[in-house]
Amino acid sequence: MLKWSYMAMLAFTILGSFWLEIVLQVRVLARLKRVVMSIAPIALLFICWDAFAISRGHWYFDSKKILGIFGPFNIPLEEFLFFFIIPIAGIMTIEAVRKVKKHWVVGDEK
Amino acid sequence: MSYTQIALLSFILAIGFDLRITKIQLISRKVFWTSYAVVLPFQLVTNWWLTSRNIVMYKADTIIGLRIASAPVEDLFFGFSLLLSVLSLWVYFGKKN
Repeated sequence: MLKWSYMAMLAFTILGSFWLEIVLQVRVLARLKRVVMSIAPIALLFICWDAFAISRGHWYFDSKKILGIFGPFNIPLEEFLFFFIIPIAGIMTIEAVRKVKKHWVVGDEK
Repeated sequence: MSYTQIALLSFILAIGFDLRITKIQLISRKVFWTSYAVVLPFQLVTNWWLTSRNIVMYKADTIIGLRIASAPVEDLFFGFSLLLSVLSLWVYFGKKN
């Protein structure tokens, strides 16, 4: 069970945000292309940062508390997921605020 | 470069990206700061989980040592940069279409 420690945090983030898709109808996952276009370039930069930080030992992971699946540059699978799941939760949050505060300007109004 | 330096650099770059590249200027909007206020407690809780259980650890000489909810203060800049840059781009693509 211990090896799911990091994954549990990602699951918590999904549980804490993805309900907005159904309850508040934020339609974020329904606009998947825009989601990918918004996240991919930023995630790429942060993955570069992650690779650098891991190579320099700025941060490191307890190998017993992650699944042990690694991508390029010794980056754990959980980190790759992090850079997509956290931004999706963020996008869902701003869309949820927009749903509740309809008169607030976001900047992409038609 | 230390984690502290990169975190501050990312913070400046993210603000510059929002103001000058996407020109969305989300940082001036109530909708952004309200979203950030919602996200922040969740960041503190998830960060606390990752750091207090030593899932992620930090080399002492790469951070200033100030910790909030067990996590290095640098993580707050990291999180802010990630959120602002993604949301700014999200609104940018929404405006474009």
